Amino acid sequence: MDKLDALFDFNATALRVRAQRQEILAANIANADTPNYKARDIDFAASLKKALEANVASAANNSAVSSNGNMSLTTTHGQHIPGGNGLSEADLLYRPLIQGSVDGNSVDGEVERTAFVDNAIHYEANITMLNAQIKDMTTALNSGN
Amino acid sequence: MSSLQNVFNISSSAMSAQSQRLNTVASNLANVDSATSSSGQPYKSKQVIFEATPVGTSGHQGVKVNKVIEDQTPARMVHDPANPLADKDGMVAMPNVNATQEMVNMISTSRSYQNNVETMNAAKTMLQRTLTIGQN
Repeated sequence: MDKLDALFDFNATALRVRAQRQEILAANIANADTPNYKARDIDFAASLKKALEANVASAANNSAVSSNGNMSLTTTHGQHIPGGNGLSEADLLYRPLIQGSVDGNSVDGEVERTAFVDNAIHYEANITMLNAQIKDMTTALNSGN
Repeated sequence: MSSLQNVFNISSSAMSAQSQRLNTVASNLANVDSATSSSGQPYKSKQVIFEATPVGTSGHQGVKVNKVIEDQTPARMVHDPANPLADKDGMVAMPNVNATQEMVNMISTSRSYQNNVETMNAAKTMLQRTLTIGQN
């Protein structure tokens, strides 16, 4: 991983995990009336850590299977970009039940909406951070002109 | 496909399922007094059964209507001897539609639909913000 990649790696990975979490939360909201549906979520900190480690590992050895056991695209050249979404079924946890319902659905509308908005704000914050980093780099590259 | 774009698929599956549910509510409320139908029987209340189904590439769960069932609770018996459909005791079998339950269903449907619209809007805003990365 070159220095520029390494610089943006954290925020780019965080954005990806945030987007994935947003999708999971959207699925929870969508299934608020589905009998026997159980609300899912990820442990964001753990997932981000895992994704960052996987990035470093795949940059180091370009292997087909990254360190967390997820399938990713085979990279046969140092310049190839590893694919794969980095989240596996094992990362998806079940939300603890606050109040049960007769149809076996464990989605709590308020909890999901709050998590959804919270995640969206964090996503935007991440973009702001990324923009600031890009600005920093541009300034550094243009210095002396 | 990016995760955020898949939010559109998930939310739209939920919106179409909810609008189908609203359709059955409308049908039930419209037929609350239909004592007979093409089959000769009183109208039977219809209910949708939702099912979580994987949508898009990531396998996260959207919603689809698994089936529409007919409520099997017995017909509501009304005393109306003047009605040509009345039996020998003057009782007419009316639809088993529970108007209160249908109204509650309607409100619940509308709220769920609204939730999904908001979800979609939030994803749209996030995608638009994403497109502005590095533009300043």
